[in-house]
Amino acid sequence: MFILKLFFKNAFRHKLRTSLTVLGITIAVLAFGILRTVVGAWYAGVEASSATRLVTRNAVSLVFFLPLSYKEKIRQVPGVTKVGYSDWFGGVYIEEKNFFPNFATDAKTAIDLFPEFMLPENQKVAFLRDRRGAVVGRKTAERFGWKIGDMVTLKGTIFPGDWEFVIRGIYRGAHKSTDETQFFFHWDYLNESLKKTAQYRADRVGWFLVGVKTPDVAPEVAVAIDKMFKNSLAETITETEKAFQLSFISMTEAIVIVIQLVSFIVIFIIMAVMANTMAMTVRERTGEYAIMKTLGFGGRHIGGLIFGESLVIAAVGSALGIALTFPIAKAFGDYLSQYFPIFIVARSTIYMDIAAGLIVATVASIFPIWRAATLRIADGLRRIG
Amino acid sequence: MQEKGGPIVEIRNIYKSYRRGSQIVPVLEDITFDIGNGEFLALMGPSGSGKTTLLNLLAGIDKADSGSIRVGGVEITGLSETQLAGWRAANVGFIFQFYNLIPVLTAFENVELPLLLTGLSRKERREHAALALRSVNLSDRADHYPSQLSGGQQQRVAIARAIITDPAILVADEPTGDLDRHSAEEILDLMEGLVRQLGKTIIMVTHDPRAAGKAHVIRHLEKGVLSSDVHSETLL
Repeated sequence: MFILKLFFKNAFRHKLRTSLTVLGITIAVLAFGILRTVVGAWYAGVEASSATRLVTRNAVSLVFFLPLSYKEKIRQVPGVTKVGYSDWFGGVYIEEKNFFPNFATDAKTAIDLFPEFMLPENQKVAFLRDRRGAVVGRKTAERFGWKIGDMVTLKGTIFPGDWEFVIRGIYRGAHKSTDETQFFFHWDYLNESLKKTAQYRADRVGWFLVGVKTPDVAPEVAVAIDKMFKNSLAETITETEKAFQLSFISMTEAIVIVIQLVSFIVIFIIMAVMANTMAMTVRERTGEYAIMKTLGFGGRHIGGLIFGESLVIAAVGSALGIALTFPIAKAFGDYLSQYFPIFIVARSTIYMDIAAGLIVATVASIFPIWRAATLRIADGLRRIG
Repeated sequence: MQEKGGPIVEIRNIYKSYRRGSQIVPVLEDITFDIGNGEFLALMGPSGSGKTTLLNLLAGIDKADSGSIRVGGVEITGLSETQLAGWRAANVGFIFQFYNLIPVLTAFENVELPLLLTGLSRKERREHAALALRSVNLSDRADHYPSQLSGGQQQRVAIARAIITDPAILVADEPTGDLDRHSAEEILDLMEGLVRQLGKTIIMVTHDPRAAGKAHVIRHLEKGVLSSDVHSETLL
């Protein structure tokens, strides 16, 4: 108790200096936490992906289509339970800044393949009945104030024209990591229109969604599908949903790496600031440590006092930083929800914040501890006078 | 620790020098003398004569180049830093010119501080600290911080801190050097009482002849050499 009190009293002896150092640590831990959450948000799709879903796409690139006729062939592959298909629609609501992901999809199968998109039964029935029906995630519905029965017009960017939809369902995510910003409508609605306006695009899909019995059959199913279309006009690549999501992230990997790097640089900078604070503190108290040594306190005791002080400063700063991470991440996530539909401060981020605080406290106190521990009493006393 | 009157400190042929750049400056040369148990010794001499260095050597906070220092039968020149720290905690109390109290601790906590190195419980520590503060008439200032105390009061807290572990020897470096005359008298009376009532051995460095006048024995250092001119109560 005495020692703990001494840690705190020493830590706040120079209130302004300590407050500024605590503020620096708070900002650094906050920045670290937010940047780690941004990285986590980048990978949110990957985390939410299912191990029993495969994606089959054109081997050349995602921008090339696959014939709809592949569906039945894929269905015949042993281990496959369901096959659905989708197209990236790329529609815009009123203006381009109103971005949200929207897909034309094989409605019936999509509902079965994505049980994490929770849709009330009556809405599901209404959606399947209505050719122009659409299902939208809760967040997007709230963002634009859409309700069931509302008519929504999207401006096609890949498929030109104004496309009218009726909101028939609003889904909720089964998990925190489920994306609640997506918009689905019937692929048939798109295809029928394409048959009239762009025949060459009709009966073609962006990718197939393949459901498999168990995760362990996924590799052999993927190999079998790709083998089946080898040497065809549209060869395929089949991969797990996770690998498919990762392939998107790999396109922006450099940005993720830079964000990660910056998050560590922030911690490194505050470590240097903290080390300077501790070095100044120990230099000022050289005489005091000499007195304590004359009383019989050893280098181990003095080192413990310095480390304790460093730990108190880092702990207060880190605790404030962690406490602020949650409301700021919430505000950040709300503001950028169209880019980061899942923006959750992960438990691992908090552990990393704590670890960062501990590392800062430890590294910052190493040199001052060494100086104080090796201080000769006579030299220390001479500084007092 | 030692029979009263017999030597508690035996110093033999002590040499000490400091390196200043490439130069070696001798500070103490061939110092040999004894300090009796329960003796109040004053070390006098001009600045730079080596008084404080000698005090540091006797208290085990600095090391001699050569020679022997036995305190209470223990050859302290052969002890390691860690052993010396433990030895100091148990055997030596320190009183400094500028009191050197820890500013963020109260008078009570400053006195209690050395007891953290002992195995005493919190309750026992508090009892000892209260007793020590009472013995220097500062019980009513227990919760005051050093900055809230006068110089004389701070020095009395320092004395309470010095005696809390009941050491046989007290070393004092100019204990009245920063005090007015009245406070200095109080401190010297207190120190005298420690010798008379508790049988402590005090080794005090001072420039002040009035302070030295309270001592049983006065020894003079001149340029690192102990003068043969010894004043003792019996001589005075």
